[in-house]
Amino acid sequence: MIYLDNAATTVTKPEAVVQAVSDALRSFGNAGRGVHESSLLATRAIHETRIAAADFFHAADPACVAFTSNATEALNTAIKGILSPGDHVITTASEHNSVLRPLYETEARGVSLTILPVDAYGNISFDDLASALKKKTKAVICSGASNVTGNLRDVRGIAAAAHARDALFVLDAAQIAGCHPVDLQSDGIDILCFTGHKSLFGPQGTGGIIVREGLALRPLKSGGSGMQSFSKTHPEQMPAALEAGTLNGHGLAGLHAAFCFLKETGQDNIRHQALALAKRFFEGVKDIPDIRFYGDYSDWDARCPIVALNLGEEDAALVSDTLSADYGIATGAGAHCAPLMHEALGTVTQGIVRFSFSFFNTEAETDAAILALRNIATARRQEARP
Amino acid sequence: MIRKQEDRIIVTFHTTTEAIAFERMCREEGIAGRLIPVPKTLSAGCGMAWSAPEDAASALGSLMEQKRVRHQEMTVLKI
Repeated sequence: MIYLDNAATTVTKPEAVVQAVSDALRSFGNAGRGVHESSLLATRAIHETRIAAADFFHAADPACVAFTSNATEALNTAIKGILSPGDHVITTASEHNSVLRPLYETEARGVSLTILPVDAYGNISFDDLASALKKKTKAVICSGASNVTGNLRDVRGIAAAAHARDALFVLDAAQIAGCHPVDLQSDGIDILCFTGHKSLFGPQGTGGIIVREGLALRPLKSGGSGMQSFSKTHPEQMPAALEAGTLNGHGLAGLHAAFCFLKETGQDNIRHQALALAKRFFEGVKDIPDIRFYGDYSDWDARCPIVALNLGEEDAALVSDTLSADYGIATGAGAHCAPLMHEALGTVTQGIVRFSFSFFNTEAETDAAILALRNIATARRQEARP
Repeated sequence: MIRKQEDRIIVTFHTTTEAIAFERMCREEGIAGRLIPVPKTLSAGCGMAWSAPEDAASALGSLMEQKRVRHQEMTVLKI
């Protein structure tokens, strides 16, 4: 199979990641729940992952990093942990349901919500953002890139606009972490939510929330922490404050190996290679009659390695299924959990076929995908002839 | 008595992260000691404590000052 659904999850992981998970499965006790060697092995490994995450995202201290099972859990923690009835919050129409649905829940509990519209490329207007910011605005929450179109956001600009009105900036980095630099300090991010299993090349079930020093969140969960056991309340110190229950030590050992791989290989190399393949694909299919692209493809430095398209009015699900069943090519189809983005793009019914590339894809795979899509487009046109 | 008792420097911590970070620092600096369950005579937020021989006192003190180590308490106990 040729796997081009890397924006959903990366299937090919560095061998060191696979090995680290396998080793952990054979040896780890429960981290922080004992002082014997099995428990300490896990505790040390998770601490090394915390250090690596803090280093990778330029957090002030490893203790700012709390691990979660995915970006969704991190976003729920952030959104429900900072917003209270009477607050105002701003997001955008290009967000994933992992942002929208928790926000709708807080809206039902008395938080006022502004959803900024996006243009045909998925970009917001800074004038709209400036107008929406109010005295009561507690936070601006958005992704670093649209998971549908792949267009990067001006994260620093949005953070600066939020801070100018004393609002927090929360970044959903699910789509960009690993494929585009994220710097908590210079980007002005107050809370960063990330997942491990996409462009970071870590295992599924790993992710995290990084909270700026001095900022406290109401925890989403409480329970076992391995510390302060006789207290009726969950510890308030980070990272334990946001880490109730046994952590995914096996997965986090893999995530550590993934951070090491990213550092050794170079994030720029990884990004450039994946983007080169996405661009090669785009160039190879752009002249197909009736093809329609979604997003701005004029500047590849401002993109994730995603090409979002449709063939005329053809059902995206049918195109994607044909690619899978007849050509062995995996792509994403449908709504990609971003309903408002599809409303903005006019693709609610049709959906979008999303090709997303990884460092581990090859030019040969890309060329096979070009040929497959051209063949499908040709067959479609032939069928349409009277 | 399960084993022979001796005076040990015990450092307690608020969190597991503080404790495991301290172990890492001591290992990097070659300072003797190991993590142990917190002795019952002490009360600490975190269930693990650093136990070091008395002759490590000077090195531990320097490390804690130099790295501004976050910890709860440092004491000497016969354990």
